[in-house]
Amino acid sequence: MGPMSDRPIKVLIAKPGLDGHDRGAKVLARGLRDEGFEVVYTGLRQTPDMIVTAALQEDVDTVGLSILSGAHMTLLPRICELLRERGLGDVLVTAGGIIPDEDVPRLRDAGVAAVFGPGTTIGEVAAFLRENVRPRDAA
Amino acid sequence: MTTAAAPDGHARGAALAEAALAGDRRALARLLTAVESRTPTAESAIRILHPRAGGAHVIGITGAPGSGKSTLVNALLRELRARGRSVAVIAVDPSSPITGGAILGDRVRMQEHATDDGVFIRSMAARGHAGGLAATTDAAVAVLDAAGFDVVIVETVGTGQSEVEVVATTDTTVVLEAPGMGDEIQAIKAGIMEVADLFVINKADRDGADQVERELEGMKSLAMARDWDPPVLRTVAQQGAGVAELLAQVREHGHWLRGHGGLARKARERARLRFESLLAEASVRRAKALAGPARLEAALQGIADRTLDPYTAVDEILSQA
Ligand SMILES: Nc1nc2c(ncn2[C@@H]2O[C@H](COP(=O)(O)OP(=O)(O)O)[C@@H](O)[C@H]2O)c(=O)[nH]1
Ligand SMILES: [Mg+2]
Repeated sequence: MGPMSDRPIKVLIAKPGLDGHDRGAKVLARGLRDEGFEVVYTGLRQTPDMIVTAALQEDVDTVGLSILSGAHMTLLPRICELLRERGLGDVLVTAGGIIPDEDVPRLRDAGVAAVFGPGTTIGEVAAFLRENVRPRDAA
Repeated sequence: MTTAAAPDGHARGAALAEAALAGDRRALARLLTAVESRTPTAESAIRILHPRAGGAHVIGITGAPGSGKSTLVNALLRELRARGRSVAVIAVDPSSPITGGAILGDRVRMQEHATDDGVFIRSMAARGHAGGLAATTDAAVAVLDAAGFDVVIVETVGTGQSEVEVVATTDTTVVLEAPGMGDEIQAIKAGIMEVADLFVINKADRDGADQVERELEGMKSLAMARDWDPPVLRTVAQQGAGVAELLAQVREHGHWLRGHGGLARKARERARLRFESLLAEASVRRAKALAGPARLEAALQGIADRTLDPYTAVDEILSQA
């Protein structure tokens, strides 16, 4: 039997940072819902601790971080680190928003599996998640 | 649910259950995933946890989308935390019948409790659990109860029969109404008058609360007389107004349940739900396994071709089993 074959992938869409726009995050949430994902949405202005606690309580397979505020170089590595500290190192982390190309390698080193630029379609995000979410214990 | 996965699952279930009992929140979360997916892990965990549950007061909150359920849960969390009670929340949202996807957005309203160790919030998609949603939710409640939470709150959209069943198995069922949600109160449509222990008119800051109250009282006077007369309360969940009074009534209802054998009755109702849904599932699984794929296929084809009627087909399968 395939990993969690009868269970939809559960994804947390979170908005770290202080900017007040969540249109993009909501569009992504609805889009992934339409792709068959179970999408937990937590709203604006999430601290790393809030995001990681939600990921833990919801037992999500993956966390998608949407960030526009420019603080990505501190917030995203901090979130990855906190995930590992809390035993959630197997959770796939991706990010989207306004992130300059030159920052991507360092974010990848920090544990962000993919950075989606503004032109990425929801289909592409969904395909990446399906491909890369780690198979979890199916029992 | 393959047999090959079972031994692993059973060992893992026992380990997760012990860890959850010891306060490990990650183990608790993983256990809830197993419960949702009805895996062998869940099975063996429940064997350990079932005897340990029963201490929590379980509150069900139902009402139309947008009536303010999540906002009210947030306000209840604030009150309960101020009194030092630990609280777990299960927020059930519908799954798309077409894609199987779901948006679980109830946490948005509960962010002020996001990092409070005395609070555990879990969203659940209703999935395709036809009729089994209540049994699954009840199992999740039992896990949280055994893990030691003083109060477990279940939020669910009061639209369909299975959602009504979910809250009907809680100790205290709160039915939420709000002005401006349509011209007739939602409880009539959903048929949940009978299961309500408390009515709450939320958004009492808006026009129309009096009208909703009149309609509710009218409905109550038509409903079957019960030993417990469900009170009608008002709240403004956003501001926390009326929430202390609501909690007082929840407690009052808890006392009443204890005094009138109601807790035992609720416990039996939950037992019936869990037992019958498990029995049905296990029976079907066993009958199918005993018959084997060839006989099942022959029966299906016979019914489709009308060379066999469905009743005879079932009788034949069961008599072989
Ligand atoms: N005016 C008013 N709005 C409220 C009140 N409670 C909740 N709301 C708003 O109603 C909307 C839906 O609330 P939510 O809690 O998500 O409803 P749910 O779908 O039943 O969980 C939100 O915009 C809330 O801010 C209230 O007491 N008064
Ligand atoms: Mg809600």
